[in-house]
Amino acid sequence: MSQSIYPEMDFQKALLDPTQPVPEGLSAWNGSDPTARFDVYRNNVIVSLIEALESTFSVVQSLVGDTFFRAMAREYLFQRLPDNPVLSYFGGDFPDFIAQFEPAASLPYLADTARLEWFRVRAYHAADAAPLSTQALQLALAQPERLPSLCIALHPSAQLLRSRYAVVSLWAAHQGLLPLSQVDPMQPEQALVLRPELEVEVIPLDPATALFTSALQQGEKLARALETTLSSHPEFDLHAALATLITRQALLSLEY
Amino acid sequence: MKTQQVSVPAPSVAPTDRTAAHHSLAGSPRSGGLLHRGDLPRAGGIGLKPEHFIDLLESRPAIGFVEVHAENYMVPGGPYHHYLSQVHQHYALSVHGVGLSIGGDAPLDEAHLQRLVRLLDRHQPERFSEHLAWSSHGGRFFNDLLPLPYTEARLQRVCEHVDQVQQRLNRQILLENPATYIQFTASSIPETEFLSEVIARTGCGLLLDVNNVYVSCINHGLNSHDYIRALPCERVGEIHLAGFSRDQDAAGAPLLIDSHGSAVAEAVWQLYEFTLELTGPVATLIERDNNLPPLPILLAEALQAQTLLEKRIAAKQPVTESLS
Repeated sequence: MSQSIYPEMDFQKALLDPTQPVPEGLSAWNGSDPTARFDVYRNNVIVSLIEALESTFSVVQSLVGDTFFRAMAREYLFQRLPDNPVLSYFGGDFPDFIAQFEPAASLPYLADTARLEWFRVRAYHAADAAPLSTQALQLALAQPERLPSLCIALHPSAQLLRSRYAVVSLWAAHQGLLPLSQVDPMQPEQALVLRPELEVEVIPLDPATALFTSALQQGEKLARALETTLSSHPEFDLHAALATLITRQALLSLEY
Repeated sequence: MKTQQVSVPAPSVAPTDRTAAHHSLAGSPRSGGLLHRGDLPRAGGIGLKPEHFIDLLESRPAIGFVEVHAENYMVPGGPYHHYLSQVHQHYALSVHGVGLSIGGDAPLDEAHLQRLVRLLDRHQPERFSEHLAWSSHGGRFFNDLLPLPYTEARLQRVCEHVDQVQQRLNRQILLENPATYIQFTASSIPETEFLSEVIARTGCGLLLDVNNVYVSCINHGLNSHDYIRALPCERVGEIHLAGFSRDQDAAGAPLLIDSHGSAVAEAVWQLYEFTLELTGPVATLIERDNNLPPLPILLAEALQAQTLLEKRIAAKQPVTESLS
């Protein structure tokens, strides 16, 4: 059986790698070398997928410049083409790839910047849900004997970022929200990425509130989450943290 | 798998009231087993982009329908679904898939079909269309509409895929003619005959992309009028118009790229007028995926299509007359 009847395998090899010969069995009406024509497909694949990454990771792109970004994205594509056609979710492991990408090692905050941008996309497309009402939380707080076993679920759009670097400020500076010169990238920062309605919000959190929120997100009951947080942050103020989470509409539901 | 013939209803004037349009969908499946969900209006439409959600809802321009790429909406929630639902309250909706890989030899991706079923259940579009192309292989997605050899074996496979999709979606789909840049020495069937056979055997309709016809005919030294005459024009359920860019092949011959990044070319407008003589008035979409201009620029192109459609409707020429 001629390979050209089932060209997908040959295409797959040749599409991503311009050093590979074009598949056999291709022709042009005027007898010209099919390579120039096959290159249209090569270009479409590479350019469109790089553009998909650019639209998700625009701050990373600003930080490293277009040329570096495209070279990095191309390396990523060689290793990990999308595994399905829903490109909104393409690039989920790009932050991990960046963390391992040697040429970017001089920018240690780059991977977490990518992670923040990825979380914004996740939050944007996450399931919609009505946030927990303040009254429901107040009712729960009025039953102190049941509080230790209370489970507080976060909104489906909630994504928590805890970084050793100031990626929240870096991101904000690239949105024109603060001058880049004021950002010291080597400072740890934490944020909750959230979309309670139509707009994605990036909410800076103090380290204790971030740890507490992380414990809730992992399904820990209130007593355990509080214990976890207090063990490394004795100054933690539970009521202030809950007030922040409820007013920012970050909570979804309560269970015992 | 045996393919089945499904009768395609004659084009009808679509209801202008969207509520009435929804109610008219409640009928039982047709005898062929595939529910035909009602036609797109015989009017101009535009590809709906998130950048235009609010402009469109605030200005409510007089277009007939909008089209979205299915894969962009295969997400749980958020603004895309929010705005699409609002837009669909005012305009008919065409959902256009780019990821099913119907033209591939490999089995269709069951998970992707399931995503598609959920999306169509959620938004109940008037039309769903896909491409005569492949885009995935071996669990990897290339994000491009790749060409297939036109052989008897592949024809059988494509028909099986179209049957499978129509049965899963419980509706007739439209299949789009591709823009291609190369040919296969193994191909034994002309593209128009391949498309005609798929349509005849599966009962699907044709999404006739006039820009793709123009691009492919230049790229392969074919006559675009002959190409369109060779298609079953009475089965065209939607027309696409878009812009191309220019390149050259290794011999310096023109190579046109279906780039969707510029205005519809004059030559394509002329081919569109020729096409309407054969198809009669059919819902016509202005596609623009790159270099997205402000909404009014797209609306002007949709209006240009609309004007030609109205001219065609006024001529009241029976479709069959020009086909004989």
